[in-house]
Amino acid sequence: MRIGVLAVQGAFAEHISTLGAIGVEGVEVRLPSDLEDISGLILPGGESTAQRRLIERWGLREPILDLARSGAPLFGTCAGMILLADDIVDGDPTTLPLLDIGVRRNAFGRQLDSFETELSVPMLGDRAIHAVFIRAPIVERVGPGVDVLARLEDGRVVAVRERNVVATAFHPELAGETRFHRLVATMAAEHDDPGEGSGRRHHPTRRTGLAR
Amino acid sequence: MTVETSTWATKKGLAQMLKGGVIMDVVTAEHAKIAEDAGAVAVMALERVPADIRAAGGVARMSDPAMIQSIMDAVTIPVMAKARIGHFVEAQILEALGVDYIDESEVLTPADERNHIDKHAFKVPFVCGCRNLGEALRRINEGAAMMRTKGEAGTGNVVEAVHQLRDVLAEIRRLQGMREDELFVAAKELQAPYEVVKQVAADGRLPVVNFVAGGISTPADAALVMQLGAEGVFVGSGIFKSEDPARMANAIVQATTHFDDPQILADVSRGLGAPMRGIALEQLAESDRLAVRGW
Repeated sequence: MRIGVLAVQGAFAEHISTLGAIGVEGVEVRLPSDLEDISGLILPGGESTAQRRLIERWGLREPILDLARSGAPLFGTCAGMILLADDIVDGDPTTLPLLDIGVRRNAFGRQLDSFETELSVPMLGDRAIHAVFIRAPIVERVGPGVDVLARLEDGRVVAVRERNVVATAFHPELAGETRFHRLVATMAAEHDDPGEGSGRRHHPTRRTGLAR
Repeated sequence: MTVETSTWATKKGLAQMLKGGVIMDVVTAEHAKIAEDAGAVAVMALERVPADIRAAGGVARMSDPAMIQSIMDAVTIPVMAKARIGHFVEAQILEALGVDYIDESEVLTPADERNHIDKHAFKVPFVCGCRNLGEALRRINEGAAMMRTKGEAGTGNVVEAVHQLRDVLAEIRRLQGMREDELFVAAKELQAPYEVVKQVAADGRLPVVNFVAGGISTPADAALVMQLGAEGVFVGSGIFKSEDPARMANAIVQATTHFDDPQILADVSRGLGAPMRGIALEQLAESDRLAVRGW
């Protein structure tokens, strides 16, 4: 199984090495042809405005939306979350509006306000996630079909999932955290081979049929 | 739940987010918007691009805070600004302004001929220039969270950038081939701490992100240094001293992403107008070389 990592700009190498750490081949995606033969796609941190322009310039938008519609998992971190949001509250245009959420960019302020903390993500087990937030966005509106995976202590939402699309405002790939990548790999494996087993129950993608 | 700001991971991490991107020198808010629209990942706010600093002569200092602020207000991408080498008060002022990165830069006139800024003492991360591995590791030891090779700023000539990048990467490869007992001598020769040298030998890379600066003025220049192993590029005079800055900026961004695809490089290099004129390095007096500043 190969999982693509959008490599137009940003911390894509960190995601590829995190995938490598769990035994999954990561593939750099710069052009639509790179999307062939992958079972999922990660949208890395970087500058969302620069990434958006490169996605549009090289015709990646529609093929990525098609990949998502096929039920393959997408996982966005930081800038990736912004690209996946269907509403950016400061008015920036949307790119791949697959998540029914509203996000605010640079929600914590400038670089001086970047921080690290421990987060509880119940879906990934009892052990807390070490989360690095860098000029991070925040989720200000959560649509009815969206599961909240993690909140800050003050209640603000920083990780979400809607069917086959997962997004975090922070960077698991900078903290040696592999559980999100394992989740994505599991979703990708089940997308490739839906089978008849218990996996179906755990993956609403298959049940609700996002694929059109 | 403890929250820690300005940690090493967040300082170094912002540079990781800039990888594969272009950081552009801008002198006005209008330039900054052009850079952002072209796909820059950050801008360097300064009063004059290096080519004009060369032309003007005299002492080059930190830019006016009002000018830096106007650029911070104009764009949502990170804003960097330059302090003179060793001028920790200029750095304090830039930190008070809230810039996202400080460049302790040889493009400005050094304020201290012996000491660089103690960058660990700041909450804002620093990028520093280097010509070789020893210089890079000394800066990292002082707290730099990002490096860039210096090139020769304001010349529009990529030769020094290529030379320095090759040197840094060749020295890393040399360390990788050494026995552990040889690394002690290597550390002494590099005038860098043994622990950092050992880490570089083990990882085969610098412990922080390394960009290239100083002389990039075409899409092909950007792709050249990316193919050689740069993680991103700074473009100073090369954009706003070219005939059509918006097109040149955009083309350099595309070339930095698709650095390994000659067909795309050919497409994005078409019809860009004249790049900046440039200076042959042989025509530059030794005293006019900026890269030798810093130690």
